[in-house]
Amino acid sequence: MDTTTLQVLQTVWFFLIGFLLLGYSVLDGFDLGIGTLLPFIAKNKKETATLLTSIGPVWDGNEVWIITAGGALFAAFPHVYATVFSGFYLALMLLLFALIFRAVSQEFWSMDEARRGLWKWTFSLGSFLAALLFGVALGNVIAGVPLSEKMEFTGNFFTLLRPYPVVLGLLGFSAILLQGSTYAILKIKEGPLQDKFRTAGKWIWAALVFFWALSLILTAVYLPEGMKNPLAWICTAALVVFLVLNRIWMDRKNDSLPFITSTLSLVSLWSIAGSLQFPKLVRALPGSAAHLTIYNSSSTELTLTAMLVIALIGMPIVIGYTIYAYRIFRGKVNL
Amino acid sequence: MDPVMLSRIQFGLVAGFHFIYPPLTFGLTLIILILETKYLISDDLLYKKISTFMIKILALIFAVGVATGIVLEFSFGTNWSNYSRMVGDIFGSPLAAEGIFSFFLESVFLGVLIFGRNKVSKRTYWASALLVFIASHLSGLWILIANSWMQTPAGFKIEGGRAVLTDFFAAIFNDSVLIRFLHTTIAGWITGSLFTAGVASWFILKKRDMEAARPLLSVSLVIFMATAVLQFGAGHLHSVEVARMQPPKMASFEALWKTQAGAPMSIIGIPDPDQKKTHYEIAVPKLLSLLIDFNPNGTVQGLDQFNKDDLPPIVITYLTYHGMILIGSLFALMAFIGLVLMLIRKLHETRWYLWLLLVTTPLPIVSNTMGWMSAEIGRQPWAVYRVLRTADAASVVVPAGQILFSIIMFSVIYILIFAVFLMLLIKIVRKGPENVTIGYVGE
Repeated sequence: MDTTTLQVLQTVWFFLIGFLLLGYSVLDGFDLGIGTLLPFIAKNKKETATLLTSIGPVWDGNEVWIITAGGALFAAFPHVYATVFSGFYLALMLLLFALIFRAVSQEFWSMDEARRGLWKWTFSLGSFLAALLFGVALGNVIAGVPLSEKMEFTGNFFTLLRPYPVVLGLLGFSAILLQGSTYAILKIKEGPLQDKFRTAGKWIWAALVFFWALSLILTAVYLPEGMKNPLAWICTAALVVFLVLNRIWMDRKNDSLPFITSTLSLVSLWSIAGSLQFPKLVRALPGSAAHLTIYNSSSTELTLTAMLVIALIGMPIVIGYTIYAYRIFRGKVNL
Repeated sequence: MDPVMLSRIQFGLVAGFHFIYPPLTFGLTLIILILETKYLISDDLLYKKISTFMIKILALIFAVGVATGIVLEFSFGTNWSNYSRMVGDIFGSPLAAEGIFSFFLESVFLGVLIFGRNKVSKRTYWASALLVFIASHLSGLWILIANSWMQTPAGFKIEGGRAVLTDFFAAIFNDSVLIRFLHTTIAGWITGSLFTAGVASWFILKKRDMEAARPLLSVSLVIFMATAVLQFGAGHLHSVEVARMQPPKMASFEALWKTQAGAPMSIIGIPDPDQKKTHYEIAVPKLLSLLIDFNPNGTVQGLDQFNKDDLPPIVITYLTYHGMILIGSLFALMAFIGLVLMLIRKLHETRWYLWLLLVTTPLPIVSNTMGWMSAEIGRQPWAVYRVLRTADAASVVVPAGQILFSIIMFSVIYILIFAVFLMLLIKIVRKGPENVTIGYVGE
């Protein structure tokens, strides 16, 4: 077998899975963010209906990005899928419960008038837990986890709750909230509801900057080699630029540019994560056996090739009709 | 308790609960496509009204289906991580392909169906109904490709303890895919059409919304009658495939204790593995040989042929398999009566038959579940037939207590969701097809 071809495929799949996760955080990110904020911001039925309508036609397609990312991880890097999903068992079960409630709450809200208050809160709680748990899970594979020589996770639930991965998780969570508020600004007509998101957006922006600074400090402590990574610094510089622009355009009450800069901030955050990780997928803590990398945990060349063909045929079509559907529902929500 | 057993219970529970919804989706997307086609051609607003009503029901069913479906994809990693390591090289691809080729398509265009009636042209709306129909069936195909590979694995070799892909198309089009897809699709159409016929019958029994209920009953009953009969053929072909590819499973389906020429087909009975006989059995002589071999004196392998360690639990495999067939036979009988009533134009007046359609509405879900139980329990003790044992497939790092916790949580959450689902379903139906609003406005 030609090793270089295999390595190229492994690298390509590192980026493709990164792309799927990025797509998830950008798209489902805004409906997770709006979902989390919903009961705190929408004070009556009309406002709730407006917010739900802003995400209603697209949230389900957005969630498919994580389903596809999960399938692609299973297909391309089965050992990572196996280690992380079994190792983080309780956290993932909580995540599933959250995603279940989130998915049914919107339909239930629209059809079950008697319990609208309840479904509003389950939607919020489900969105909050999902966004936070995704972040903390990702924080853990970046911060590192204890692994056995059989690639099995040897920690427990509380291993996942160390300060560094939790702060990384909160950083991701704030970015999701920013994505949600800026999307709401984009989709909601001028008025009190939009103003509430402009105000919330600024607080969330401050939280994001705070957790980013804290992450940087903790990275210096727990992941010193990360501080010597030039690519990560370039992406960090981009992040700073986009965050500053985001704040400027929020202050100038622009409708669309805050969302675009928030999206670009997410791209920068994922690029930082990718620069720190490559070619590792799951960092092993010192004292553990080897890291899980794209080289030791991937599928075979044939599978990676077949999957690449499927992705190259399928994803452009997916992106095409997703854009088409967003165009159908473009413009401000009009109830 | 044994973590492997707990993981099996959990997977059975979450897969079983999830599978209430996809077969309904199969049937409903077909009916919606037919209604939208009629509306597109005739411009008759009645069809638009009925279709909108059905889309409202589909939206509810789909939401619960999506919510419970994501659990399954996670389960391979959380509860079956050794399985994922061993066969991920082959098994992951259909799951990823399912996302890329069908889930995106289904979700995006269902969004258009629910929210886009006034935002797109009639043709685009019809095309969305078509795409949702295609995508839901395509997702069924991909997941059945994955399941079929566990039943009749192909296109791989074992290398360093792992199954490694050698031929992508051989793995995808393995021996049981097409017949399993046919059998499952027809089951879905039976499920969705009987459900719809039951709803339409209720309106007719209540003498309300007759204008909408009559065409809805006609469309759904015709599909039900055709599929209930077709299923006999598809089910038969599937059995022949099982007899050929998984003889121990067929012997367990029939509780055929001894290998014999001219084997009888068991209709009903209670198998007793200790005494190796079936109590109170009613059987048709030579029928099993005839059906499997097309020869009444053909030899069929019995349970005595196989090592005990390679056999599934007989009693539950037998009972679920025969329960499924009994319910399927009832459907065929109902289809026949329905045809007669339609021909003599007495359908809408025959109240007992309309009641029958209404009360049997949940039965396809029972037979679907029984069919899958017989297929999956009948595959035991293998996770991948003759390649990987279920006992070797589970996660090693997850303690039994955590699995027990998640089983309890899933049970509580699913009971709650099912109760709300039923309540809302009944509410939508009671409200009827007049002035249906979908989306988040006007309620």
